[in-house]
Amino acid sequence: MDISSFLFQPSVFLIWTSLVKTLFILFGAILPLVSLAVFAERKVSAFIQDRVGPNRVGAPTSLVGFKKDYSLWGLGQMVADPIKLLLKENFIPKSVNKFYYYIAPKLTMIPPLLVLAVIPFGSSFLGVPMVIANVDIGILFVFAVSSLGVYGIVLAGWASNSKYPFLGGIRSSSQMISYELALGLSVVPIFLICGTLNLSQIVDWQVKNGWLIAPFAVGGGSLSLVQRVLLWIPMVISFVIFLVSMFAETNRTPFDLPEAEQELIGGYHTEYSSMGFALFFLGEYAAMIAGSGVIVTLFFGGWSLPFIPDGSSHWLFGLTNIPDWLPGVVWGFVNINVFFAKVSLFIFFFIWVRWTVPRFRYDQLMKLGWIYFFEIALANIFLAALVLVYIK
Amino acid sequence: MTTTATPAQPKTEVPLLNVQVDGEWRQFPKGTRLIEACIKSGQYVPHYCYHPKLSSPGNCRMCLVQLGMPKLGADRKPELGEDGRPILNWSPRPAISCATEISEGMGVRTSGPLVEECRNGVMEFLLINHPLDCPICDQAGECRLQEFSVEYGKGESRFLEEKVKKPKRVDIGERIVLDDERCIMCSRCIRFMQEVAHDDVLGFVNRGSHTTLTVYPGKRLDNNYSLNTVDICPVGALTSKDFRFRMRVWFLKETKSIDVNCGTGSNILISSREGIVHRITPRENDFVNSCWMPDSHRLNFHYLHDEDRLKTPLVKSAPATWTDAISTAAAQLKSHEPARIAMIASARMTNEELFLARRLATALGIEQFDVLPRPQEGDGFLISNDGNPNTTGAKLLGLHCGGRLSAIAAGVASGAIRGLLVLGEDATQCGIAEGDLANLETLVVVDILPNKTTPHATVLLPASGFAEKRGSMINLAGRIQRLNRAISAPGLARDDWEILRDLIVAVGGPNGVYSIEEVFRAMAAETPALTGLSMAGIGDLGVELALDGAPRRAEI
Amino acid sequence: MAFVVQRPKLNLAEKLYLPAVLGGLLLTIRHFFKGAAGRNVTMQYPEVKWDDHLPEWYRGAPTLVADEWGRERCVSCQLCEFICPPRAITITPEEIPNSDPWAKVEKRPKEFEIDMIRCIYCGLCEEVCPEQAIYLRKDYSITGYTRAEMKHDKAKLYELGGVKAGVVNKWNEKK
Ligand code: SF4
Ligand code: SF4
Ligand code: SF4
Ligand code: SF4
Ligand code: FES
Repeated sequence: MDISSFLFQPSVFLIWTSLVKTLFILFGAILPLVSLAVFAERKVSAFIQDRVGPNRVGAPTSLVGFKKDYSLWGLGQMVADPIKLLLKENFIPKSVNKFYYYIAPKLTMIPPLLVLAVIPFGSSFLGVPMVIANVDIGILFVFAVSSLGVYGIVLAGWASNSKYPFLGGIRSSSQMISYELALGLSVVPIFLICGTLNLSQIVDWQVKNGWLIAPFAVGGGSLSLVQRVLLWIPMVISFVIFLVSMFAETNRTPFDLPEAEQELIGGYHTEYSSMGFALFFLGEYAAMIAGSGVIVTLFFGGWSLPFIPDGSSHWLFGLTNIPDWLPGVVWGFVNINVFFAKVSLFIFFFIWVRWTVPRFRYDQLMKLGWIYFFEIALANIFLAALVLVYIK
Repeated sequence: MTTTATPAQPKTEVPLLNVQVDGEWRQFPKGTRLIEACIKSGQYVPHYCYHPKLSSPGNCRMCLVQLGMPKLGADRKPELGEDGRPILNWSPRPAISCATEISEGMGVRTSGPLVEECRNGVMEFLLINHPLDCPICDQAGECRLQEFSVEYGKGESRFLEEKVKKPKRVDIGERIVLDDERCIMCSRCIRFMQEVAHDDVLGFVNRGSHTTLTVYPGKRLDNNYSLNTVDICPVGALTSKDFRFRMRVWFLKETKSIDVNCGTGSNILISSREGIVHRITPRENDFVNSCWMPDSHRLNFHYLHDEDRLKTPLVKSAPATWTDAISTAAAQLKSHEPARIAMIASARMTNEELFLARRLATALGIEQFDVLPRPQEGDGFLISNDGNPNTTGAKLLGLHCGGRLSAIAAGVASGAIRGLLVLGEDATQCGIAEGDLANLETLVVVDILPNKTTPHATVLLPASGFAEKRGSMINLAGRIQRLNRAISAPGLARDDWEILRDLIVAVGGPNGVYSIEEVFRAMAAETPALTGLSMAGIGDLGVELALDGAPRRAEI
Repeated sequence: MAFVVQRPKLNLAEKLYLPAVLGGLLLTIRHFFKGAAGRNVTMQYPEVKWDDHLPEWYRGAPTLVADEWGRERCVSCQLCEFICPPRAITITPEEIPNSDPWAKVEKRPKEFEIDMIRCIYCGLCEEVCPEQAIYLRKDYSITGYTRAEMKHDKAKLYELGGVKAGVVNKWNEKK
């Protein structure tokens, strides 16, 4: 059996394409995006505050013989920051519980990466569906895995054996537990409408019927305008709750109580330095990216953009003449970029909110989660169900 | 227990006179100077030439007050007012309060328009020819001229004429520099030299604005008490060469302590800044030294900052930690039969140290211990015939003073004594030959400076100087007084009592003392003459002990 | 007495919080675009400097000055050492030898050290000096690689301070 036919055996094919996709997501998308997000965070905050932000680190071209260095608007910061964190001394306080102290940052970083496994980040490219694991329980998997993130934080807070991390850990666990409920309940209407948990199929549904956040935006599909508007009402409620809960789940301002600098120094990562700290950082931004990915997938049509066809069903190796496979490659590529563009917009939105809204008080946070969101999300399910009954 | 009163007055009754001070009638003994009556009534009267221990020439005019005399009736008896007190006739003319003795029925006003106007005028006159030297004047910060011109002066000068120029930076003695422009002609220094030091070398020449203080032709201000003139000079005219330009006085921390140069135990103030002693001045204690002290004693502190100070414990001349040094010393001392060890302590040690030294001797079973006596020629005033500051304390605590030194020296020479413990003394001065010291198996030395003994020490423990420790000493008159810590000991050097305590513990003796107060308590419990005393109870002026077995005399 | 803070009564829109958030977002995005367009207040320090605009009374590094006859004005009175809030100044006085042309001043600093790590540029030393010997000049970029470098000694202080002419020269009038 020659090598190519071995590679194209269905199971083998699945394995290596998944591997390639995973590597792409990790190193081609997440790491650069995190870097970019950190840079954007600094730059956007600077602009919002009428400052300049990092603008010095660029290409040190004078080292290789050029006349001057180019600062490139400070883009070099994206590289400099991780290098700095890598090279710093990893200081481990004496009284920590070593095992959990070590394991906590990893536990924080892994769940957001796992979440990305089930998110379709493109239609298909060269005939391969652009999702690492096309599982039928998609969104449940997302919730199950992302709620694991809290363990990293709680463990970090506990293992640090120091009061600020401890308080941060406690805050974090209660906050995550509180908002997970609202988060989960708020998406139930989507399943009612789409009739599936599979994220790829939810995207497909939106391609056909219009984005869930604006179901009347696209023509086609089987629903009339009135039906779409009726559906839109529970969807908007869902979206607001989901979005706000997402902020809480990712510990972003205005819900960043676990690491509120002014009260808790650094919160759960107070005692971490160097790479341990970098992993928390990475985890936080990866969670932000994963969260944005989920929102985009659920409400904003995933990789789809109206009037842009998807890149599926064009298989490179079967087709020998260029006009046949080229559209598939081009559109597939465009779809992937559309997805990440939408994600980037959401990251911007996350940052934008952070530098606008002040932090909640803890009791306000709890009240919002338990008294408002939980109830509203619950009522919203019934509302969506009623609408569906009326429509059908 | 402690007291600030003057020494017991002679028993003859002094009649008390009624004096009205600022409207209040009070009683003072006959012979009191009016300024003293005012000060005792709580009314401060500014003054320059008056000094409580000197005569009153009344030449500065700063102490002007308004006097009132009883109005006499036709019968030459004072007329009494409604309150039964004499009616006062207030004089329109001010009078100096320092040279006026009080009389029956006298009245005095220490404030009021007349007095204030007078002080203002006197200050203006005093400052007419005064140079603008404060930035370079050592007196600045403790200068009466500065203080009173702030308090009573005008704050500006109306004097447009040329100031009188006088000699500056005049070398008038071995330890003293005179600046005549700053002198305000109070004559305190002259009177001190005449009345206290009995060495008449200072006087004024010329008249009026040109009056100049100087030494008599062919004489110099070299008396051993000359630096007291610097202390009492109210301005910066007389300055000490030793302290000149060394440090501004406002930086100095003043610590009350006592002089350890002889058995008098003069009371002193140690002025230090950031671990460095800059000067020592006498502190008033009428039981001991009045306001004075000898120059030779007050200047004898520079050795505290000697470069050679012992700073690290040495075991066989190699630096060691305290733990090692103490345990080595203890092991070495214990390795000998008690009869083969001797101890030389010092009557320069405090009572507490001597007490612990005796405990150490007991713990080791040492029978042969002694202190080195230092007889010397006193000056009949504040330098006593005993060069040791604490001979009385050593005797009180059961150490011999000199009787056994020759036996110890002989023992060391013959080899009968194999171990020697030397505390704060140079063994070679105790009759022990240097060569014999080298032959000793064990030589534990506690000291602050190297001497002929220290090179031979098997264990050398650095200790604290007099300004670096607390403790008590008993002077020749039987007065127990306190030393206080002004600075900390250099390097790793430690308090002597702690070293001794650790040695006692290391040789298996009792512990139980963690502070100098506890040492004192333990000592007082074992020493009848100290019964009921405590470190705090000694006070700043000390307590006189009854040393002949009689109960301690209650202080006035 | 207990003090009761009256909470403001909120209407529904305010209670919902969302309108306020949206208002905030609008405000910040306006600033964002303003900032992104380059209209910000930051001054690019090493390239752009404020030096020409430093006011007359600017308080830079404290320095020692000499008078127009080359005499060091400081007489080591140590008042600045005393007044200095962070205790940045350390002075070692000495006597001027009789052979010196300015021997009549009698006293001068042997060593004069200002620890520029400690100095807070408060100007109290300048204010307190009775000899008009210490001035805060306009040097503000005081940097160094070691702590020792950041201690300005007498030579350095006179180098920075230079000559200050035209102030009171009381020592000249004396014999
Ligand atoms: S004597 Fe007093 S007033 Fe005169 S220069 Fe000295 S400090 Fe100043
Ligand atoms: S030198 Fe001092 S003590 Fe002597 S007369 Fe002058 S001011 Fe008085
Ligand atoms: S400017 Fe202020 S802080 Fe600096 S040396 Fe002068 S007094 Fe001290
Ligand atoms: S205050 Fe002026 S004269 Fe005095 S030490 Fe400081 S700089 Fe010198
Ligand atoms: S103190 Fe009375 S005249 Fe001087």
